[in-house]
Amino acid sequence: MALVSLRNVSKVYPPASKGAPSVTAIDSVSLDVEAGDIYGIIGYSGAGKSTLVRLVNALEHSTSGEIIVDGQDIAVLPERALRKVRLGIGMIFQQFNLLGSRTVARNVAYPLQVAGYPKKQRAARVAELLDFVGLSDKAGSFPDQLSGGQKQRVGIARALATQPSILLADEATSALDPETTHEVLALLKRVNAEFGVTIIVITHEMDVIQTIATKVAVMDQGRVIERGPVFDVFSNPQAAASARFVATVVKGVPSAAELAVLRARHAGRIVTLAFRDSAVDQGAVFGELARAGIAFEVVYGGINEIQGRPFGHLTLALTAADRVIDTVLAHIRTLTTVTEVR
Amino acid sequence: MDALIDLLPELWTATYETLYIVAMTLFFGGIGGLLVGLGLYLTRAGSILENKPLFFVLNLLVNFIRPIPFIIFLAAAQPLARAVTGSGIGNNAIIFTIALAASFAMARIVEQNLLTVTPGVIDAARSVGAGPIRIIFTVLLPEALGPLILGYTFIFVALVDMSAVAGYVGGGGLGNFALLYGYRQFNPIVTWAAVLLIIVLVQFVQFFGNYLARKALRR
Repeated sequence: MALVSLRNVSKVYPPASKGAPSVTAIDSVSLDVEAGDIYGIIGYSGAGKSTLVRLVNALEHSTSGEIIVDGQDIAVLPERALRKVRLGIGMIFQQFNLLGSRTVARNVAYPLQVAGYPKKQRAARVAELLDFVGLSDKAGSFPDQLSGGQKQRVGIARALATQPSILLADEATSALDPETTHEVLALLKRVNAEFGVTIIVITHEMDVIQTIATKVAVMDQGRVIERGPVFDVFSNPQAAASARFVATVVKGVPSAAELAVLRARHAGRIVTLAFRDSAVDQGAVFGELARAGIAFEVVYGGINEIQGRPFGHLTLALTAADRVIDTVLAHIRTLTTVTEVR
Repeated sequence: MDALIDLLPELWTATYETLYIVAMTLFFGGIGGLLVGLGLYLTRAGSILENKPLFFVLNLLVNFIRPIPFIIFLAAAQPLARAVTGSGIGNNAIIFTIALAASFAMARIVEQNLLTVTPGVIDAARSVGAGPIRIIFTVLLPEALGPLILGYTFIFVALVDMSAVAGYVGGGGLGNFALLYGYRQFNPIVTWAAVLLIIVLVQFVQFFGNYLARKALRR
């Protein structure tokens, strides 16, 4: 049984004015998040991903469908019961949303206060959390005295205060610079590894997915258009939108425009070879080319690594007699996928 | 000048009365304004206790009462003041009427100040399981405290103004003093003495309000 399970969930906003069409933010989405996953949900702005994650802790209510969190359908629960459910689900935000009138320590203590922890336990837990996020020395500071990265670390400490089993991260790194982003992502990875917290990450940056997610769902216009283990989606995206996201971090197959440039610059034949996992031995492929005396040059592409598994596309310009090239390519085709682009 | 020296006991009594009226109306009008302002904020579309009919009624009520010039409001609300306080004139009736008018003026200021609180922090509070009452006391009011203090300081000055106007219809205080002994007896020095006292009072409260707001905002 998945920890979070969405079944045909839709969210329709009523028309803004009479006569206007109603807006379907989420269109019958089904999704299973297993305990221990770091589940990435990626999409362009307006794809519905933020709305989707806000349905999981019922900050917004679905129009139809089941939202089962830890075995309980929260779509039918009354507000009072939802408050209990929310204690088990932490959330962090793009704009951090810390209470400006409270110190760092009192921000982290807030969920404990809401949950009714005795004062003594609160202080001990806050100290523990601030130590975990490395901000013990900032306990007495106010949020406006902190950097963005520090604010998000406070946000993470606050979200973890009541020891939730699920953490929702809504564009948690989108307001941070690349270096700070990686610090915060590393911290989230630790949260997952050390406390076993299941994390749902909403983002529009494929880099975030590549860095921490184990599974990914691609959203477009309120629907999940592709899902699966991150490696599969990265190495072999099916939907066009997925391919565009993958292309933002992976230099794969050259586009038509890029091909035109390559053709102008290189006289020989141009082929693209796919390398996926360790199933394809690069050494063997290049060995074949070398043995046949074919001069080759890597003109495009790259090899990436997702969760320790390499994959990628390399585009080569080959110079030799056509007959020689044909023979060798036929042989290489038995090793991997070859696409001749000229 | 001699007239003013003779009137000094009356001047102190009037000052005391003004302070009393302003303090009472700040208390009752302040609470009324906070309640109506919270009501407006909480019931508006997209807020935590969204309630369109209630918002509509509150909004209409505030818009209805606020534009009435205070001198006319005093007269118009007199029957209500008599029904509530037992008399249509005197300090109690005046305090009731000013507090009522101030509630609606303050309601808008409270609503505006609460709207400056980022909706995100309310999401954050909701996401850890806080209910509406807790959100009001632990998030909304503390987060908006600085601007609220400035808002109340602003309304204090308006209350001094209203209390002086009320001197015209039988309320006590510096307004009544200035009218009775200054304006009607063609003695501008007496009027100016009352004006000076009011200026000192307002300055003092404004400085104090700014100081408190600075503390709350930590800047």
